[in-house]
Amino acid sequence: MAWAGKILRVDLTKGTCKDEPLRMDWAKLYLGQRGLATKYLAEEIDPKVDPLSPGNKLIMTTGPLTGTNASTAGRYSVVTKGALTGAIACSNSGGFFGNEMKNAGYDMIIFEGRSAKPVYLYLSNDVAKLMDAAEFWGKSVWDTEEGIKAKHQDPLIRVASIGVSGEKGVRFACVVNDMHRAAGRSGVGAVMGSKNLKAVAIRGTVGIKVRDFKAFQAAVAKGKKVLADNAVTGQGLPKYGTQVLMNVINEVGALPTRNHRDSQFEDANNISAEAMAAKRPTDGKANLVTNAACFACTIACGRVSQIDRTHYTVAERPKYQIASGGLEYEAAWALGAATGVGDLDALTFANFVCNEQGLDPISFGATLGAAMELYDMGVITSKDTGGIELKFGNPKALTEMAELTGRGEGFGAVLGMGSKLMCEKYGKPELAMAVKGQEFPAYDSRGIQGMGLTYATSNRGACHLRSYTVASEILGIPEKTDPLKAEGKAGLVKAFQDATAAFDSAGICIFTSFAWTLDVVAPQLDAACEGGWTTQKLLEVGERIWNLERQFNLKAGFTAKDDTLPPRLLKEAAKSGPAKGLVNQLGQMLPEYYQLRGWTKDGVPSNETIKRLAL
Amino acid sequence: MMMALHIDPKKCTGCLQCELACSYDNEGVFNPAKSRIKVFNFHDEGRFVPYTCTQCAEAWCQQACPVDAISVDAKTGAKVVSDSLCVGCKVCTIACPFGTVNYNASTGKVLKCDLCGGDPECAKACPTGAITYVDANWTGLEKMRAWAAKTDTGARAAN
Repeated sequence: MAWAGKILRVDLTKGTCKDEPLRMDWAKLYLGQRGLATKYLAEEIDPKVDPLSPGNKLIMTTGPLTGTNASTAGRYSVVTKGALTGAIACSNSGGFFGNEMKNAGYDMIIFEGRSAKPVYLYLSNDVAKLMDAAEFWGKSVWDTEEGIKAKHQDPLIRVASIGVSGEKGVRFACVVNDMHRAAGRSGVGAVMGSKNLKAVAIRGTVGIKVRDFKAFQAAVAKGKKVLADNAVTGQGLPKYGTQVLMNVINEVGALPTRNHRDSQFEDANNISAEAMAAKRPTDGKANLVTNAACFACTIACGRVSQIDRTHYTVAERPKYQIASGGLEYEAAWALGAATGVGDLDALTFANFVCNEQGLDPISFGATLGAAMELYDMGVITSKDTGGIELKFGNPKALTEMAELTGRGEGFGAVLGMGSKLMCEKYGKPELAMAVKGQEFPAYDSRGIQGMGLTYATSNRGACHLRSYTVASEILGIPEKTDPLKAEGKAGLVKAFQDATAAFDSAGICIFTSFAWTLDVVAPQLDAACEGGWTTQKLLEVGERIWNLERQFNLKAGFTAKDDTLPPRLLKEAAKSGPAKGLVNQLGQMLPEYYQLRGWTKDGVPSNETIKRLAL
Repeated sequence: MMMALHIDPKKCTGCLQCELACSYDNEGVFNPAKSRIKVFNFHDEGRFVPYTCTQCAEAWCQQACPVDAISVDAKTGAKVVSDSLCVGCKVCTIACPFGTVNYNASTGKVLKCDLCGGDPECAKACPTGAITYVDANWTGLEKMRAWAAKTDTGARAAN
C-alpha cells in the first residue's frame, strides 16, 4: 500500500525493460524517494565511476505518499552520481510527472548502461518500451514534450526530458518535467544525456491505494489545515512565491552579489516579488500572471509570468511572449544579484530559456557571475566571449549567454563546465563560489552563519535544500536563532539535515516544513503504508540516509578537506549590512558537527554510528 | 433547496485535489485518470479551468440513452448512470454538448458526475474555493456581488 511495490529496470545498452519487486526490507529502512533510491544506487554502482560513463546509473524515484492526496504529494527525484559534483546527487521536482509514474504502477525506474542511439522511454501501465528519439534529439524540452504528446496522440502523457544542454554534457543540465518543473541541481540532465536518453513519457491509470483510508484522510485534512493556517504556507508563498525572500535577505545583508564580492544588491527591489506584481507602464500588466500549484499542492507557490512584449528579448520573438514558468527566488538571485543584472524581464527571459533548454538557473547564473569577475579582472576578454561584453550588470550578457549555454555553443560551452572547472581552466580556482563543485544558492554564509556549515557539509555540494537553517536564523521557524552567531548551529544543521531527508523520502515538498514538523508527517505516512511510522522513526531514517550519502561520497574519494568553503567566505569580510566585518566561522562549527554526527575528526562515520543506524 | 456545482476558474491553481477526491470516492483509488471532473491547464495563458457536468435540466445524455440507463436523482437533480443498465454504447458521450460523459474502457460503462449524492467531494477538496456547491437558483450571486461592489452608487449616495 502507498508503495506500488514494483520498479522498472531499463538496460539502455541492451534495450530491455524489466519489472522487479521493490525491496521492501530496504523501504522499511529508507522509506522511499531520496533515501530508497540512494540505497539502490549505493548498492549497484562503484562510487568511483565516471558520472558520464555507462557504469553510472540514473534512478527516477517516487515516495510512498507520491500520488496520494496528501498536500504536495507529487514529488519525484532523480538520483545518480552527479555530473557537476562527482558526489551523490538527488534532484527533487514537483509538477505532475511523479504522480504519473506512481499511477503507472511503479515506485521507481532504474536506467543503466548507455543506448547506442538516442531513445526515450514510453511507459503506460503494463507497457514499457524504448523508442527511437532521433526526431527529438537536438530539440528543446518544450518541443520534445509537445512532440511526444503529438506523436502518441495523447495530451495526458506526462514527460520528463532533457534539452540540448543535457545532450551536450553541460555540467549543470537538469531534467525538466511539465514544461517548467525541474530536477535541477548537480547535473542530473548531463547524466541522462550521456546515456542517450532524451525523455521519459508516462501515462498511468492504475490508481493508488493507502493502508487505512479513513485514518489517512483525517491525517491529510489536519495537515492541509496546518498549511492553510500558517502565515508562510497559507499567505506568503501563494501570494508572493519564494520571491518573498528577495528584499528580506537583502535587508539582512545575506544576498550574495556579483560573485559574492558584495552581500547586498542595490537593485534587489527591482527583481523582487513586489516588482513582479507591479503593473508596468507599457501595457498596464504585471510580470506575474498567476500563482500555480504542483500536483496535490495546497500551497501553490509556483509563479506564472509573462514578459513585457516591448522588451528587447521578446519583441521580435512571439514564441517567448507566452505565459510560462516565472522566477523563483533562487533563480531570480542567480540570474540577477549574482550577475549584477537588475532587469526583471531579462531575468524572466533567461529563466524561460533555462526551462526550455534544461539548465539549472542557480549554477548557470552563479557560473556566469564568476565569468563576469574573470572578465572584470581581464582574465577573460571579449575575444573569448565572441564579442559579448561580460560586464557585471549587463542584461544582454545574461540573456545571450543563457541561450548559448542552453545550446552548449560558443562561450556557453565554457560556462557549461560549471564554475569549478571554468575557474580552474583560467587559473583562478578560488573564484568558484562552490562546494564539491556545486555553486552556492542565494544566501551569503557570512550573514547567515548556519548556512556556511549547511553548504560545507551538504552531500550533494552547496545547497540550501539539505538544511534550510534560514528558516530558523531569519524567519524564526521553528525558533529564532542569531544569524550572525556560530554557536548552536552544528546541532541546528544536523537536525534540519535529518528531518529534511525524511520529508524528501516521503514524496512531499520540503516547503511543507515551514508549517509541518515530522509530527504532522508521521500520521499521514503511517496511515498510508505499513511500517509503524513515528516521528522518532522518521528521524532515524533521516539520519540513516544522511550517513549513507556520506559513505557514498567518502567511497567516491571525498574527504573532510572537501567540507569547506571558498576562501572568499572564510577570509574576506562582508562589506555592508548587519554582517559587515564578518566572515563565516566554519572552523568553529565543523568539529562540533562531526562530533554530534558520531563521526571521527576526519569526518568518517564511526563504527558505532554505522552499527547504531544499521548501515 | 436544489444545489449546483459552481466553478470559478480564476481561483483555480491547478493542484488536482478535486480529481483525487473524485477518483477516490468513485473508484476507490487516487488516480486523476479516473476522475469525472477535469482541470485543464492552458499553459501559455497561465489559466486553469476545472470542468465537469453541469447537470442539464433537459439532459441530452439522458434523452439519447437507448436503454434508459441515465435517470434523475430526485434529491439532487443529478443525472445518474446506472451501471447495471448501461451497455457502453457511448451514444450519450456523443450527445453531450460539453464532453462531460466519458467511456471507461476498463469497466465498459460510461462515467459522469453524480454530485456524490448531494455532497460533492471535489468541492470539499478544493483548497481555494474555485469549486463550490451552491444554491442552484443563485449560481451567479457571488459574481453579481463582485460587480455590484464595483458600481459607484454608494459614492453618489454619500455626496
